[in-house]
Formats: sequence, C-alpha cells, structure tokens
Amino acid sequence: MSIIFYSEKCTLCGQCVDACPFGVLRLEGDSLVIDEGCTLCGACVEVCEFQALELPEMEGPAPRPGVPPDGVWVFAEQRQGKLSSVALELLGEARRLAETLQVGVAAVLLGDKVEHLCPTLLAAGADKVYLAESPVLAEFCEGPYSAALAEIAERHQPEIILAGATYAGRAFIPQVAAALKTGLTADCTAFAIDQENRLLLQTRPAFGGNIMATIVTPRTFPQMATARPGVFKKLGESASADGQVVRVELASIKTPGQSRFVRTVEEIKERLPLAEAEVIVAGGRGLKEAKHFRMLEELADLLGGAVGATRAAVDAGWIPYAHQIGQTGKTVSPKLYIAAGISGASQHVVGMQSSDFIVAINKDPAAPIFNIANIGLVGDLFEIIPALIQEIKKDRG
Amino acid sequence: MKIIVCIKQVPETQEVRLDPETHTLKREGVKSIINPFDLYAVEEGLRIKENQGGEVTLLTMGPPQAEEALREALGYGADYAVLLSDRAFAGADTWATALTLAKAIDKMGGADLIFTGKQAIDGDTAQVGPMLAAIMGIPCVAWARKITFTGNNTIEVERLLDHGYDAVAAKLPAVISVVKEINEPRVPSFKAKLKAKKEAIPVWGLADVGINSEQVGLAGSFTQVVKVFPPPPRGKSEVWEGQPAELAARVWTRLKELGRR
Ligand SMILES: Cc1cc2nc3c(=O)[nH]c(=O)nc-3n(C[C@H](O)[C@H](O)[C@H](O)COP(=O)(O)OP(=O)(O)OC[C@H]3O[C@@H](n4cnc5c(N)ncnc54)[C@H](O)[C@@H]3O)c2cc1C
Ligand SMILES: Nc1ncnc2c1ncn2[C@@H]1O[C@H](COP(=O)(O)O)[C@@H](O)[C@H]1O
Repeated sequence: MSIIFYSEKCTLCGQCVDACPFGVLRLEGDSLVIDEGCTLCGACVEVCEFQALELPEMEGPAPRPGVPPDGVWVFAEQRQGKLSSVALELLGEARRLAETLQVGVAAVLLGDKVEHLCPTLLAAGADKVYLAESPVLAEFCEGPYSAALAEIAERHQPEIILAGATYAGRAFIPQVAAALKTGLTADCTAFAIDQENRLLLQTRPAFGGNIMATIVTPRTFPQMATARPGVFKKLGESASADGQVVRVELASIKTPGQSRFVRTVEEIKERLPLAEAEVIVAGGRGLKEAKHFRMLEELADLLGGAVGATRAAVDAGWIPYAHQIGQTGKTVSPKLYIAAGISGASQHVVGMQSSDFIVAINKDPAAPIFNIANIGLVGDLFEIIPALIQEIKKDRG
Repeated sequence: MKIIVCIKQVPETQEVRLDPETHTLKREGVKSIINPFDLYAVEEGLRIKENQGGEVTLLTMGPPQAEEALREALGYGADYAVLLSDRAFAGADTWATALTLAKAIDKMGGADLIFTGKQAIDGDTAQVGPMLAAIMGIPCVAWARKITFTGNNTIEVERLLDHGYDAVAAKLPAVISVVKEINEPRVPSFKAKLKAKKEAIPVWGLADVGINSEQVGLAGSFTQVVKVFPPPPRGKSEVWEGQPAELAARVWTRLKELGRR
C-alpha cells in the first residue's frame, strides 16, 4: 500500500519533499518518486496545497464491529492503597468524553484490600468501579495485571480504555492491547471525539515533541491509549460518590503466571513524585556542586513542588537518576518549571517542553533554554534563587 | 543461550521539526542512527553471551538502508543479523511491527532471551517489546536495570517503576526492555568492525516470514495516523536582565498575577 499520487494536480513545488520526515520523496524529471521507507505518516499529504497526494483508504479485513456497550474505562492505578493522581485526572477526562458519546464511565481497580478506594473513584467521575482483589495483584507485575485487565475487558466490553502513561502503565497496557487484538496510542496529551465516526481522536507528541500526531483506532475495540500524567484535569469537588462497585472474580490469576513480583529493591525517596508535581525546580551543571541542590529543595518546598535535574547533574553524581528529566529520563508537564543553570540541550528540553509555564535562570544570555522559556532571567543563579526564596518568604510574612 | 536483540534505525529526532508557518518539516542534515536505547540492549545481549555462552542475533524491520544500522551494531560483536524489509511492511504501527518481528523470531527457531530498548526515539511508544511478548505468549519485563540468572530457566529482573526499583521473577523465554542504567556500552572493536563489513545480512520479505500482506504494514495496523501538525507555539518569550533582588521580585509578582502561584 502506498501514498496515492495524482500527477495531473502536481505542480512539482517540492513542499512534500521537504515535509517528509523520512526523506523518501524526491522529484525526478516531471514526476514525484516515493522511495521505499515510506511509513504513510501523511506529512506530505498534509502540506500539499494542490491535493495531489492522498493517503490510501484502509481496506480493513475486519469491518468495524458494533460499538461495545460498556463506555469509557480508566485503569485506576494504585500502589499500597494510594491512587495515582493520573487515574483521577483521567476519570475527569473520561467524563467529558463519555458525555459526548452518551455512555458511562467505569474505573478498573486491581490490587489487594483496596476496596476503600472505590468512593474516591466514584467521586472522581466513575459511575461504576470494577474491583478485582487478590494477593497476586497486591504489587504491580505485568504478567498478572495484563491478564486481569484483559479478562475484565473481554467480559464487560468497553468502548475505550485509558490508562496513565506511568512506568507501570506503559509496561502492561501494550500487553492488554495485544491480547485484545486492538490498537494502542502511547503517551497522549489530548483526546477528542469524532462524532460522525464515533472515533476517539488521540493526540500525542512524536519525534521528541517536535511533531504532534492525531491517531485513531478505526476498526477495532476497545480504543486504547495511555495518557501523560499532569495534563488532564480532575473534576471539581462537587461530584457525587454515588455509583456501583462490581466485584470481579478472575479466572486468569488462579493459574501461576509467567512472571511475578518478588520484592521492592529500592524506594525512591521523593517527597513528591515528579510526575505528580505541579511545580518543578530543576538544576543543571550550573549548580556546580551537590550541596547546592539544597537551595533548589528549599525553593521547591516553598512552592509545594519537586526537584528535577539534567543528565549533566545526574552524571556528576549530585542527585539520583530518578530526578533526571529528558530523553533518557522522565517526561514532565507541571504548571510551572523553573530551570536553574540549565543550558537547554534538546535532550533535556524534550522532557519538559510541555510544561505550562517556564522560567529559566542562566548567566549566558545566548543559552538555548531562553528560546522556550516564558520568562528568562539573565544572571547568576546563586544570587537570583536566594533572592527569590527571600522574596517569597517576605511576601508570605 | 540464544539471544535476539531488536534494534531500530531512527532519524536523529532533535533535528526533525515542523515549521509552524510553512507547515513543512525541516530535516536538513538529519542523520539516521541506531536508536540510542537499543545500544544498551545490544550490550546486555553481548554480556550475557560472554558469561553464559551462546549467540547474539540482531533483528530489525525497516527500509533497505536499515542494513547500515545492523552492520554498525554488528561492529559491537554480535554474531548474526537479519533485516526484515518489504514494501508491504511500510506504515506498520506497533502491533504490526511486533507481529512481524514475532513471525521472524518463530522462523529463527525462537530464542531464550529477546531484548529491546526502552523505547524508540522517533515514535517514543515503548510498545513494541511488550506487544511482541504478548503475541509470542511469553513474559515481558519492562525497564530492566539488572538481570540475574536464578536457575531452572528463570531470571530475576530488577526494574524501574515510578516508586523505585522492583525485582520480578520470570520464566525463559522472555522479552526484556532495558533502561540505560543497565550497562555502559562498549566501544566497537576494530576487528569486529572489519568482520561486520563483510558479514552477509539476509533480507527477509513477506514470503520469507510466512505472513500475508493484510497482517503487516499499514493494512495490518490497528491504529492510523490521521493528522500531523506542529506543536502549539509556546507563548511569548521574555528575557529580563537586572539586579538579582529586582528580578526575583518581578518574577514573583508575575507568577502570582498569572495564578501560577
Ligand atoms: C542520547 C542522549 C540522551 C540524553 N538524555 C538526556 C536527558 O534525558 N536529560 C538531560 O538533561 N540531558 C540528556 N542528555 C544530555 C544533554 O545533551 C545535555 O548534555 C545536558 O542536558 C546538559 O545539562 P546542563 O544544561 O545541566 O549542562 P550545561 O549544558 O553544561 O549547561 C549549564 C548551564 O548553566 C549555566 N550556568 C553556569 N553557572 C551558572 C550560574 N552561576 N548562574 C546561572 N547559570 C549558570 C551555563 O551558562 C550553562 O548554560 C542526553 C544526551 C544524549 C547524547
Ligand atoms: N522496526 C523495528 N525493528 C526492530 N525492532 C524494533 C522496531 N521498532 C521497535 N523496535 C524495538 O522496540 C523498542 C521499542 O520501540 P517503540 O515501541 O517503537 O518505542 C525499540 O527500542 C526496539 O528495540
């Protein structure tokens, strides 16, 4: 299958050639040649002003089956009886989607002795909670978790399943999608409904956040996505905790799985996980020494936030890897990101550019971080950060 | 020990950018590289082979030029490489990719351990490894930083989660995705590089893998990209200079005005 090319409409303007992320288009004589390596991403179709390019129609072998009855589901990730905040954010988003689709919202809660979390899930937007409790599910492990969620989905038939793009979510949700033989979109930052076709429009960053893509699962159900923590909004206080708790007995966890949780080796001692922080104060090589991170902690504490770092600071041993933000670290999107002594290398920026508001402090006015900062402060962080701490303390009396 | 490492050739993403005005993609000088995370997967395969004996085979699905990535990775000391390349494979989503890789691994007679990188830096999905395992009906442990052989065909894997590191036990064969903490990739040796240059790399298409065209590429994909567009512009950038105390007061006032604090 390949891109359809209407040579009569083509003006040989070459826009599509420039647009191709894979470099597989070229003009040859008075024709356009599409080399091997085309992934049908549609970038060329998008830029062509003359409608000379078209994506091929999907000639799907399986017709889209009837819409499953059970509405929008959210995987309610919890650990040791504490719900992840992304689960509550997604219940808020699920409500919004469900209203457009005129269906209900359900949370799926897996764990051991976690029934007490049900009222919170109902208040956060669920009409119903599917609850599966077993010692096998006490701690996360992709084997039992994927078997459990796939079994519940097969039995109750949701139209959509959303889960947080946490380490756990991204580890096991792909296995659930594969078991259910349906599509999955990773790490989404926006959802919408295409009313006409009753499709979930799943928008996500790709190429390190340089490009956004909207993806659909047109032929199969459920439509599944993982979603970035911190992006979607929880419902307000007013929601009622009325609803139904449906206990599920699972067949899948009775047989020994192929993998199992053994023990926790190391807990990361963060007062606040980066993924959940509304404010992140991050430091880079400009901090010079491990001990100066204490200054950032003080500022973060005042703002009710967490501390992040660049790879340079982590590699220097100033702060553990769990705090690293960027391509090889975490991706975060807090309401406020304060970057201190960070140059703004692209590998760092991909991990934080979706923050709502960025303040950068750097003594080099040419530092690339200033290109993406909403406010850039040119100066010495060892003067500005203490001054800011003092200012906040003074302001608060 | 039979080890397969899945690697992917990717564009060096930092350079790929959509121009917000002309809507075209800027990719001047964009090189193709081995997905950086996959180098840790290759290294882990080699280390296990060195400790336990066995062989390491590299596997990639991609256009013909993906052979460069295989040859470069062979330079680190892997034994064999296989390239899955066919026009019909084009446009594959993570499911179709995983299915094609699974069929190829079947044809290779399976493996004891299959490694993938944490994620590919072009799509950033991290889905291919877990899906591959599910299709093959074997366990997957994602985000591994340490692997211990515990006898009886089982391994214990220490892996990263949001709260820290857990140990997980799994039966072999298994798919493992690795994070960068797992090792420090070696420098390719001159000898291995020379050998890699001459190595014959078989290219398998649709028929070789024994799969039909509706199951692969765009046709076999469950997801479909309907639109690509540049990220929303980041608001205006302001750069302020001045005395530290004055800057601190100004920025704090602004943050409060904006309701950021
Ligand atoms: C494959 C790959 C993956 C990577 N992944 C990541 C990743 O996940 N995360 C990541 O962060 N990096 C990553 N990197 C590294 C990245 O390319 C940069 O090297 C790193 O982000 C730079 O960190 P930095 O900004 O702290 O240091 P530098 O680039 O050295 O910048 C320090 C800045 O501090 C400023 N400064 C110094 N002193 C002061 C002062 N007193 N007051 C104010 N400003 C001061 C300087 O002007 C400078 O701009 C990766 C690289 C590669 C190749
Ligand atoms: N086309 C491919 N060929 C071989 N391996 C791949 C391919 N795509 C992805 N992988 C492997 O799967 C991992 C995760 O990729 P992704 O799911 O695309 O983020 C990569 O690090 C590779 O190890």
